[in-house]
Amino acid sequence: MKTCYIHSVVSISAQNSFSENDTISEIQEHSGSKIPAVHPTYRDFIPLSQLRRMSPAVKMGVAASKKALEKANINKPYAIITGSGLGCIADTETFLNTLIENEEQFLTPTAFIQSTHNTVAGQIALGLKCKGYNTTYAHGSVSFESALVDAQLQVEAGEANNILVGGVDELGTEFVDYVHIVEQKQKQPIQVPLSEGATFCVLSSERKEGIVAVLKAVEIQSKTAPENIVTEMHDFLKRNKVDSSEIDAIILGNNGDAFDAYYQHIEKLFPKTDFLQYKKYVGEFFTTSAFAFWMGAQLIEGKTLPKQFFSRKAESKSYKTVLLYNQFKGSQHSFVLLTRC
Amino acid sequence: MDALKQELKENIIEQLNLEEFTVEDIDNDDALFGDGLGLDSIDALELIVMLDKDYGIKLTDPEKSKEIFQSINVLAAYITEHRTK
Repeated sequence: MKTCYIHSVVSISAQNSFSENDTISEIQEHSGSKIPAVHPTYRDFIPLSQLRRMSPAVKMGVAASKKALEKANINKPYAIITGSGLGCIADTETFLNTLIENEEQFLTPTAFIQSTHNTVAGQIALGLKCKGYNTTYAHGSVSFESALVDAQLQVEAGEANNILVGGVDELGTEFVDYVHIVEQKQKQPIQVPLSEGATFCVLSSERKEGIVAVLKAVEIQSKTAPENIVTEMHDFLKRNKVDSSEIDAIILGNNGDAFDAYYQHIEKLFPKTDFLQYKKYVGEFFTTSAFAFWMGAQLIEGKTLPKQFFSRKAESKSYKTVLLYNQFKGSQHSFVLLTRC
Repeated sequence: MDALKQELKENIIEQLNLEEFTVEDIDNDDALFGDGLGLDSIDALELIVMLDKDYGIKLTDPEKSKEIFQSINVLAAYITEHRTK
């Protein structure tokens, strides 16, 4: 079985993570119920003639994928695999609203053809003239992790040398407000803003200079009780022959809702490990856990993350093994294990 | 007719998201497709829907749309002659 190397990871988020040096130098504090991503100058990545039809999700996806491929020094990947919880929700909203306003007449094609979940992967493939394997996973908050599993299996089995993998979701204009209204009716609602972003990486079986990290394992579990999560994590580590004492940092997806109990169980288990959280600063959306993947890669690469991300931190530390754990509303649990090469 | 030409330019810029263009950038004789504004087949479908929705003109013959969408002048003349609203 081949090793699944991470050649590059880039992220567009509500923080300035897509900066020239690909690090966040200063945290931007946000208030309000939703926060847009810090959008780069898309003209630098996408021809104007194509840019005019693209929704934020497509723009973010195409720009992030271009930079990820550039950093990995790859022109055309063997496959493109993306994950998206809501897909191109902005064009979906446009299309459905036009449908209602015009009483099912005068429907224009652009919003319709770009309203699907696989628009981003499709546009990336068109831009690269990449006719290889192209798949999008729409699986709630494990959409990105589902894409990772697919890519990892193909790389480890030797079926593909280089795969572009990404997670992308956009805010849209309307649906997100309804989500917020419904959420506020909950007894203990999500305490972080809703947001958007795109994280793309290149996974490869080739060991070469400049490798970021190794994607050791990804696992997804639909349901488990809070009191069982510690056992689930232990079993995950055991299956991957990693002792809990080897974990240098754990990145958790706390969002302040009633289901944060899952994370509290894990924090108790690792009294000396560094813990990081991110949703307060980059918001909650179905593929926000891909930002944790970017953070994990940053730690292993030896880059500095702002102190605000750390809920517990040792004085100085070298990160060799980083574990990511996320869940949404008590389901769609994901474990991702990253290690140094 | 001049008001219609102005309206068409505004609608084309807005509906086709031609962010880099202003009304002043589009000459009445400029080719809308190809070397002019550089519109493509998806834009043609958008324009066909616009004619139906805004002016009550239903285009069913694709060859006809090629003629009509030559320029703002040609388009405005066709709308003036055939509009039902």
